[in-house]
Amino acid sequence: MEKPFAITLEVESSLANHTGSWRVERPQYVNLMPPCNNACPAGENIQNWLYVAEDGSYEAAWRSLIIENPFPAIMGRVCYHPCQTACNRAQLDEAVGINSVERFLGDLAIEKGWNIPVTAQPSGFHVLIIGSGPAGLSAAYHLRRMGHEVTVREAANALGGMMRWGIPKYRLPREVLDAEIKRIADMGVKFELNTRVDDVQVALKEGFNAIFLAVGAHIGKRAYIPAGEAARILDAINVLHDVEDGQAPMLGRKVVVYGGGNTAIDVARTAKRLGAEESIIVYRRTREKAPANDTEIKEALEEGVLIKWLSTIKHAEVGKLQVEKMVLDENGFPQPTGEFEELEADSLVLALGQESDLSLLKDLPNLEVEDGVVKVNSMMMTGHAGVFAGGDMVPAERTVTTGVGHGKKAARNIDAWLRSVEYVGHDKHEIVEFKDLNPWYYSDAPHAVRPRLEGARRASTFDEVVQGLDESTALYEARRCMSCGNCFECDNCFGVCPDNAVIKLGPGKGFEINLDYCKGCGICVSECPSGSIVMIPEKS
Amino acid sequence: MSTAPVKFYQVGSFAVGNRLLPPDQRSIQSDAERTNALTSGHRACQGCGEALGARYALDAAMRASDGKMIAVNATGCLEVFSTPYPESSWRIAWLHSLFGNAPAVATGVAAALKAKGQSDTRVVAQGGDGATVDIGFGVLSGMFERNDDVLYICYDNEAYMNTGVQRSGATPPAARTATTQAVGPEPGNVFGQGKNLPRIAMAHEIPYVATATVADLRDLEAKVTRAMQFRGARYLHVLVPCPLGWGSASCDTVRIARLATQSGLFPVFEAEHGEVVSSTPIRQRVGVEEYLKLQSRYGHLFSPKRREDVIDHLQANADRNIARYNLIDVDTKNADLSETGAI
Repeated sequence: MEKPFAITLEVESSLANHTGSWRVERPQYVNLMPPCNNACPAGENIQNWLYVAEDGSYEAAWRSLIIENPFPAIMGRVCYHPCQTACNRAQLDEAVGINSVERFLGDLAIEKGWNIPVTAQPSGFHVLIIGSGPAGLSAAYHLRRMGHEVTVREAANALGGMMRWGIPKYRLPREVLDAEIKRIADMGVKFELNTRVDDVQVALKEGFNAIFLAVGAHIGKRAYIPAGEAARILDAINVLHDVEDGQAPMLGRKVVVYGGGNTAIDVARTAKRLGAEESIIVYRRTREKAPANDTEIKEALEEGVLIKWLSTIKHAEVGKLQVEKMVLDENGFPQPTGEFEELEADSLVLALGQESDLSLLKDLPNLEVEDGVVKVNSMMMTGHAGVFAGGDMVPAERTVTTGVGHGKKAARNIDAWLRSVEYVGHDKHEIVEFKDLNPWYYSDAPHAVRPRLEGARRASTFDEVVQGLDESTALYEARRCMSCGNCFECDNCFGVCPDNAVIKLGPGKGFEINLDYCKGCGICVSECPSGSIVMIPEKS
Repeated sequence: MSTAPVKFYQVGSFAVGNRLLPPDQRSIQSDAERTNALTSGHRACQGCGEALGARYALDAAMRASDGKMIAVNATGCLEVFSTPYPESSWRIAWLHSLFGNAPAVATGVAAALKAKGQSDTRVVAQGGDGATVDIGFGVLSGMFERNDDVLYICYDNEAYMNTGVQRSGATPPAARTATTQAVGPEPGNVFGQGKNLPRIAMAHEIPYVATATVADLRDLEAKVTRAMQFRGARYLHVLVPCPLGWGSASCDTVRIARLATQSGLFPVFEAEHGEVVSSTPIRQRVGVEEYLKLQSRYGHLFSPKRREDVIDHLQANADRNIARYNLIDVDTKNADLSETGAI
């Protein structure tokens, strides 16, 4: 070609100049562990289902959620949401209201009647689950999804375990509980009510391929309290059970509850609702040391429940109790002071913790019981091959969510054990901390506080205390998620690259670095809001 | 700010894009089909703010002019790194003449287009701070005075970086360059000299003057788009950090530009016909030290001896900008200065 005056070379694009050769480090997209997911006892992929919910794809979000946990509507009411305690957004403004979004999705699923098809090939194995509490139901759900036949035996006349007999209605309406259990029944899990298993060995001979024990802990612990003959002393679990049965016991005008756990709070709040004028909790340590969830303590106080911290009950008479004041020693243990006072009480309810009834395990070979709970290995299997256990009867935190997590973990291990393979969980990614984020890009948005009934009004009924989000507020909450450690396609990397070396792959597909031109400046890493890009050294 | 606030909560209007926004509300840079006026393979340093700023601005100008645009470039880094013979990184009509004559050339291009009846083709001139505030200053002032139909964009990296970091009329006080007493007791640039070109441009009472940075893409795009709605002389002054000349990490380019605005050292505002019409409020206020300490050109303020007097003087300059341009919005939540330890 004839070239213009003084031009000797063909003009070309700078694309011929591969500036990628300058690079000593390269950006790499990663998926890290958000702190919420890490904190969830049920192992939910919270970041993922919030991400899916953000554009209003609620059914898809719910389906993502139930991969790990079949009870979003229950969780959204009774879970103590350690996810929110861990949430990085708390360091920016307030933690994302994960629990309320979960509840919104759960309630929507019930309203719309979304169900769960079983698509796995039938495995031919049959698993017996003893107990229908959170652990048992969760295991049943997961095992059924994996294609196993599942039978659940329940000693009581209704399903749900402590979700029914321990958690009062004002925290968990029974329609919600029933709806989420029904969905599991609809998947083909067989439930046998009023069927107490007295001996696991007998059940084993029936031909089940594996057994999952989840009998819970229903026996109230006793403490010796010297008492006059006519003193009215009741057990917290029995009180809650009887209320659920519609046979609320006579507690009188003045009720004293002894203990500092969630059950103590539940009973004290229930007593108020049953008409007690005074409902007083007596606990030997301080509020900070109490095992009860702080939200519940707060709600109880709002409802007019009184709490006497640092106090023990020395003697019970008809109509009155003798209470001794305590002090904490330097190790944080309560010590008696010798100072006494009298407390009027028509009844005393003991909420000092629960134990498991392990009589069904009599003589089962190789089974180990320690401190009243059954020992299990990392596969949730007891010392007896093929017999697994979870929930309140094994050593762990006793919450619904932990039970659900146990059920899932046991199900995965039972499935692997039945198929004679080893269950290998995926490696945990590194946890994302707030300092790994670039929060500049997140706009300031306050937390949508769940509307709550007025404390005084709430105390007199069994209406549900905490109301849910409506669609707009749920969407708002979901969008507050910072998507820690996982790309949410904000296009920042694509925009801020001075070398136009980030390739946008399209919705849902993320981005790719064009290594021909990336000079390794690292701006994309610095400006990624969610900490989802890291620099790694080039191999020399 | 000239953009309407976008209300969604995962990411505010500060990110480049978001899948949740309707496409017409997303930034031009978030579009996979953007012009990429300055494409890959250019020879700018790692983390070059000017390369980023030029693509942001010209892609927006191309969108606003429907692709009918001619760019005139002054000599400088931008010209050198984008067009080493025989390669070009430009994907737009682009021409370069001399260091000091870009405004005059652009005036000529605009006049020629007018003569040919092609006034719908728009003209953009661009250069660094050296070409703008020093070498081409006379012809730029002439272009303003005649109100020629040109948008002039200055990418301000506060010194002559291409030739080895010499002081320009835009070099800020206390910043060290190769020609501001590189050694000795007072190595930085002196206080009280230099030119504030946005204010000089405003004094010409041209239709539109604005400042922007590479730290706020949406603001920058909105200003280019607004500028293209006017006919006549328009001036846009974009702060573009230079990792080489400022002695900063290449990954910190956007962050430093952000700190320049959040400290008040670089006020972001727009003016029409000589009057300021809006300013972008500071969102998370920081002390000037947060900005200074990331750059080795200010290293002598912290070592071997901390120069409290100089830092205070710079803080006073930032505070003056904040008052002058009303950068603290009472509705804006500002970080507590004592809490950040900035002051």
